[in-house]
Amino acid sequence: MNGAEILLQPGVFPRLLQGLWVTVWIAGVSVALSVPVGLIVGWLMTMRNPVIRLLTRVYLDFIRIMPQLALLFIAFYGFARAWNWNLDATGACVFVFVLWGGAELGDLVRGALESISNAQYESAYVLGLGPWQTFTRVILPQALRRLLPASVNLATRIVKTTSLAVLLGVVEVIKVGQQIIDANRFQYPTGTLWIYGVIFFMYFIVCWPLSIVARRLEKRWSHD
Amino acid sequence: MTASIISKTVKSIVAASAALIMAASVAACGPSAATPSDEGSTASGSGSSKTTARTLDEIKKSGELKVAVFSDKAPFGYVDKDGNYAGYDVYFAERLAKDLGVKVAYTSVDPAARVDVLTSNKVDITLANFTVTDERKEKVDFAKPYMKVSLGVVSPEGAEITDVSQLKGKTLIVAKGTTAETYFEKNEPDVKLQKYDQYADAYNALLDGRGDAFSTDNTEVLAWAKSNKGFKVGITKIGDEDTIAPAVQKGNKELLDWINEEIDKLGDENFFHKDYEETLKPVYGTDVDPDDIVVEKGVVD
Repeated sequence: MNGAEILLQPGVFPRLLQGLWVTVWIAGVSVALSVPVGLIVGWLMTMRNPVIRLLTRVYLDFIRIMPQLALLFIAFYGFARAWNWNLDATGACVFVFVLWGGAELGDLVRGALESISNAQYESAYVLGLGPWQTFTRVILPQALRRLLPASVNLATRIVKTTSLAVLLGVVEVIKVGQQIIDANRFQYPTGTLWIYGVIFFMYFIVCWPLSIVARRLEKRWSHD
Repeated sequence: MTASIISKTVKSIVAASAALIMAASVAACGPSAATPSDEGSTASGSGSSKTTARTLDEIKKSGELKVAVFSDKAPFGYVDKDGNYAGYDVYFAERLAKDLGVKVAYTSVDPAARVDVLTSNKVDITLANFTVTDERKEKVDFAKPYMKVSLGVVSPEGAEITDVSQLKGKTLIVAKGTTAETYFEKNEPDVKLQKYDQYADAYNALLDGRGDAFSTDNTEVLAWAKSNKGFKVGITKIGDEDTIAPAVQKGNKELLDWINEEIDKLGDENFFHKDYEETLKPVYGTDVDPDDIVVEKGVVD
C-alpha cells in the first residue's frame, strides 16, 4: 500500500493543522513577548552601572549556556516541585522561550545600540534634541534597521525550537504527526516519511514569509 | 542623577517581570483544545502545601480527573483517527472517571516522563502501561495491577534473534525510561543499546535497520510484529514477569485506596476482560490467550 495515502485519510490534515496552530501560537506569543523584554534588556545592557551590567551579563550567559530543553524541564517540573508553581505545559514553554528570546534579542539590541556612533548622539544634542528625543528619533530608527535581520533569524529559531514542547507533553504539530503515524502504523507502515514531509512543509510555510518580510524591509530601508 | 537612574531601572525591572507574569497568564488561556494540561493546574496550587496531590474531593469538585497516558502506543494508549484518546489504558481511565462522576483530562506522556508528571503534580494518575519496579516504587505509589507482561525482542525475519546471547556485540533498540532499558543495562552489558525518546522513532529505527533488534514489553512487540511483515518476535519472554498498575503520587493514600477498591469492584464484572475484548483483541487476534495478559482484582497467579 502506498504510504502517501495516509495523507488522504479523513482527519489527518485538520489534525495536523490543529497541531500547527499550537506550534504557531506558542511561537507567536513567545516572539511577541520577547520583543518588549529584549528591548528593555538591551537598553539595560548599554548602561554604565556595573551592577546592572553584571546582572544582565549573568542573565544572558545563563540562558545561553543552558540548553533550552534543560530550561523547559526546570520550568515545568522544577518549579512545581520547588515552589508548587504549577505552570501548564504551554505556559512553561512560553515562559522559557520569552526568557530565551528576551536574552538573545537583548544582546542584539545592545549590539545595535552600541554600533551607532557617538557622533550621532552629539549631533542630535547640538541640534537641540533632548535625550529621549535623541533616542527615539535618531538612535532607535537606525538601530532597528541593524537589528532586523538577526531578530527575524531569532524568530525562526524560536518557531523551530517549539518542537521541544513535545517533551513536556504539549500536543503540537510534531506530536500530532507521531500520533497519526502510530495510529496508522498497521495500515500504512511507510506513512512516516509522508507525515514528517508534510510537517517539514508546514514549518517552511511558517518561517518562509518571515524571511521574505525581512528581506523586503531591509531592501526598502537601505535606500532611505 | 544616580537616583533617577536607579528609579528608572527599578521601573524597567518591574515592567520586565510584569511582562513575564503576563506571558504566563496569557499562556493559561492558550489553545485549550489541543493542549493536554489545561487550566486548573494553576488553580490547584493556591494555598496547599508543596506539590501535594489532589484529594478525591478536590478532583470531584474540579470535575476532571487528570490522567497521564501514552498517545502513541497503540493499542494501550493512542489517539484514533478522529483525534480521540483510545486503548486499553484509556478504557480503564474512562471507567475510573465515570465512577467518580467526572470527566478525564488526558496528558500525553513519553515513557521517561511518567514519574515526573506525578511527583510534580501535573496529573492525578499515571495510566501509561506503567510496569511496577522496585526503583519506581521509591518514587510513586502503585495500585493493584491490571495487566502483566515480560520483555520481548522483535527482529527482522532474515536475522532473527531467538536468544539473548545472540545480541552480544549487536545493537539493540530500546525506548528511554522503559523496563527494557534497565534490564539490558543491568544484565547484559555486552549489548549495545540505542535509545529513543519516542516509541514511534524506535520502531522507525528498526524498520530502517539502524539496530539489529528492538526490545520492549512482549505485548507491544507481539502486536507490532503481527502487522509488520518481515519481522518476528524471536524472544517472547525474558526476565521476570512484571505487572502493570496505575500509579499515583507517593503518599496519596486516599486516591490509591479508592483505585484499589475500584479494581476489586470491577473484577466482579470481569471488567478487564471486557477491556481486552474491546481494545486488545482486534490487534492480537485469537493467538494470544487473554489470561496471559489481563489481571482481574489485582491477582497475579
